Amino acid sequence: MKILIKGGRIIDPSQGMDEVRDLFIEDGKIKGYPRDTEELERDSTIQIIPASGKIVSPGFIDMHVHLREPGFEHKETIRTGCAAAAAGGFTSVVCMPNTNPVNDNASVTEYILLKARTEGVVNVFPVGAITKGQKGETLAEIGEMWEAGCVAISDDGRPVMNSKVMRYAMEYARAFDIPVISHAEDINLSSGGVMNEGFTSSMLGLRGIPNASEEVIVARDITLAELTGVHLHIAHVSTAGAVRLIRDAKRRGANVTAEGTPHHFTLTDKAVLGYDTNVKVNPPVRAKEDMEAIREGLKDGTIDVIATDHAPHTEDEKKVEFDLAPFGISGLETALPLALQLVEDGVLTLPEVVRKLTSIPAQIIKSDRGTLKVGAVADVIVFDPNRTITVDREKFRSKGKNTPFHGWKLSGCVLYTIVDGKVVFSN
Amino acid sequence: MSTKVIMDSETMSRTISRIAHEILERNKGAKELRIIGIRTRGIHIAQRIADKIEELEGIKPPLGTLDITLYRDDFRRRSDMPKVQKTEIPFSVEDKNVVLVDDVLYTGRTTRAAIDAIMDYGRPASIQLVVLVDRGHRELPIQADYVGIKVMTLKNENVEVHLKETDGVDEVIVV
Amino acid sequence: MNFRQKHILGLEELSSEEIKFVLDTAESMKEVSERDVKKVPALKGVTVVNLFFEPSTRTRASFEIAEKRLSADVLNFTPSESSVVKGETLLDTARNLEAMGASVIVIRHSMSGAPWLLARELRSSIINAGDGSHEHPSQALLDLFTVREIKREIAGLKVVIVGDISHSRVARSNVWGLIKLGAEVRVVGPPTMIPRDIEKTDVKVYYNLDSALEGADVVIMLRIQKERQESGLFPSLREYSRFYGLTRERLKRAKEDVVVMHPGPINRGVELSSEVADDVHSVILNQVSNGIAIRMAMLYLVASGGGNG
Repeated sequence: MKILIKGGRIIDPSQGMDEVRDLFIEDGKIKGYPRDTEELERDSTIQIIPASGKIVSPGFIDMHVHLREPGFEHKETIRTGCAAAAAGGFTSVVCMPNTNPVNDNASVTEYILLKARTEGVVNVFPVGAITKGQKGETLAEIGEMWEAGCVAISDDGRPVMNSKVMRYAMEYARAFDIPVISHAEDINLSSGGVMNEGFTSSMLGLRGIPNASEEVIVARDITLAELTGVHLHIAHVSTAGAVRLIRDAKRRGANVTAEGTPHHFTLTDKAVLGYDTNVKVNPPVRAKEDMEAIREGLKDGTIDVIATDHAPHTEDEKKVEFDLAPFGISGLETALPLALQLVEDGVLTLPEVVRKLTSIPAQIIKSDRGTLKVGAVADVIVFDPNRTITVDREKFRSKGKNTPFHGWKLSGCVLYTIVDGKVVFSN
Repeated sequence: MSTKVIMDSETMSRTISRIAHEILERNKGAKELRIIGIRTRGIHIAQRIADKIEELEGIKPPLGTLDITLYRDDFRRRSDMPKVQKTEIPFSVEDKNVVLVDDVLYTGRTTRAAIDAIMDYGRPASIQLVVLVDRGHRELPIQADYVGIKVMTLKNENVEVHLKETDGVDEVIVV
Repeated sequence: MNFRQKHILGLEELSSEEIKFVLDTAESMKEVSERDVKKVPALKGVTVVNLFFEPSTRTRASFEIAEKRLSADVLNFTPSESSVVKGETLLDTARNLEAMGASVIVIRHSMSGAPWLLARELRSSIINAGDGSHEHPSQALLDLFTVREIKREIAGLKVVIVGDISHSRVARSNVWGLIKLGAEVRVVGPPTMIPRDIEKTDVKVYYNLDSALEGADVVIMLRIQKERQESGLFPSLREYSRFYGLTRERLKRAKEDVVVMHPGPINRGVELSSEVADDVHSVILNQVSNGIAIRMAMLYLVASGGGNG
């Protein structure tokens, strides 16, 4: 397969590149940046993608996705989740282990990878559980899962409440040099809570999850990470206090990274007014100060990565009383336009946004993707940052239509998604 | 749109006097009379009739006020939301001659509603209807027992009764 | 003014004019209950469903009587006896009722926001008879009506609400109603039971009952709801009663003509001492008859003003 992407503005932070050039792909790899494309253009075996006025970048890597398979195929399958990823401009997804059965041993990891190979159009990197069954009691077979292909461990969906277990997990993970991803929530402080604790929750009569619930565990895990020397990655940061803790830890030189989701840098808890269950997510969207702190954290590098925490659910599951609805937002297909809004608001430049979606996540999971260097695997996307779109959840390729952004007018649209040198999505 | 005055202040006073006499004549005195005024203006007219009867017979018949909003047959079709006013009937209607008083008799629906309302208070010996103006165009088989003035109107015309108590002047006009 | 609401879900979204309109309408409705034939045909042919997911004899009985006085056809649906036990969702249950011809649904539910779900998805008018910890508009409206009856004016009154505010829908609705009508509202309770940031609504927060009672015109005592609170918010009922229970002694700090109210049922010896409870009873009986008038007003306004015809 040969593809020539013509005239696009190539933004590749891994090479410090930001210029209008042509890009040539052959046999699944980046072949080069030809200056003279006349001959190539006459070759009828080459697919030409016109990209003038558009952006060309490495395919995005989403470090936090729930593919729901095995066990919850009514919400999403590896096939539909990957299709959604491709439509959102993601060529790689890192999937969390809270499936059924939990991905806490190599055979589940292998199952996921097999399914991904045969049915997924993008790359899938599994995360293994920290503890067996994610129960927080005994360590899962971390070594074997790593061998089978896991790129990190996490009990995401739940915290590891027992500090001793978390410490041992961190120490043990060092043998395999993989990061520990922390879902920071103190389940005693958060118990029964369904949204951010604050004025809005008081007025709506809904139990709140206080900022402290996240900050207490962030502080604990940073302390344990410094004790054990492991690479700690904090998932879905949602509070100003957590951003502060991470900033201070980084200043001290701690090996900590963090991610922010589009809903956390876009929404506040006022979005819950009217009891819209599409806004119900864990950790919850919080007050204006928290949202702004996350934006600030993205700007100054405290938050390294943009990840969606894509969490699809069926419509029936969400069309119930607020207390009963499951937590989660289907985010793969709205990430790009929401991230581009950060550029418009002056929080990040476009190359910085791309960096947080490509080279940095690639570094964290130690992948050779996320780059357009000559010779690298051709995971490339072409997108138009200026095309206005109206978010339409019915058009989502994900089974999960649970988005609070339905009807929003945003800019940014993926035109082509190329994985391993093959076009897997075009618009 | 032309405005015609069909009753002036003097005529109204004589008309009410005449009606009071007719009521007394038909009911052979004021003893079993109970007077109930409908809605806003019917109440004031009822008051004047009661006063006149007291003047003539020395007995003032008991007076009540009736709001028929809850008995309307059209309340869920109206675009405006009529406010429910108070109904006060501080006497028993059982076996009494109830004299209902309204300002204008038109389709008859208000009277029908008023009759239904009164029936929920008991079983009167009779219900008689006083209206200051009968403007025709009945939609129900209702008639007034005592009429101030009968006038032929077009459906697109409006009959307005103005009273000193509510409008500062006594008159009936057709608009 | 025109009362143009299709639903009555809470007092937060009603303007002070709309609240006054409901109270005024209830005045006229009260008269219906004083006649011999306690019926008017206003809601004749209208099917009203009482969908009560939580046990409640008083509120449901009050709504039922109100509906019958307006000549509505009443259907009582208590899901504990039926399909919900078999796993039917709230929406499906309500849709079935709507399909049977219900045009007004009065819903009481243990979860905040349930009436909003119905209002969004159904065509019927929805009246909230209490949702979780959120709002209980008919209770607050009848409290306002009772206070207005006794004190003539609500503006300028010092009203104290005592108890488990954070779990109380009665408290929240009363806060909205009282503030909109110009009262000065004080909430009192152990800090663990005062909702976060409630001062943003202009109420004054007190942790000490004695200071809160200074010069009070009205005191609303809330029930300690055993079924709603988690344990751990206060150490024992005895301690609660010592610091937050109302006694004749404590009441001396309030104005001499203070009115004490309670949404019922009373936990004697906990929120109120026995003697205060006896005094409160007369107001409670008043509240009961006012409750029917208020609910009649709510049903009438929602059935006619919502474009249902």
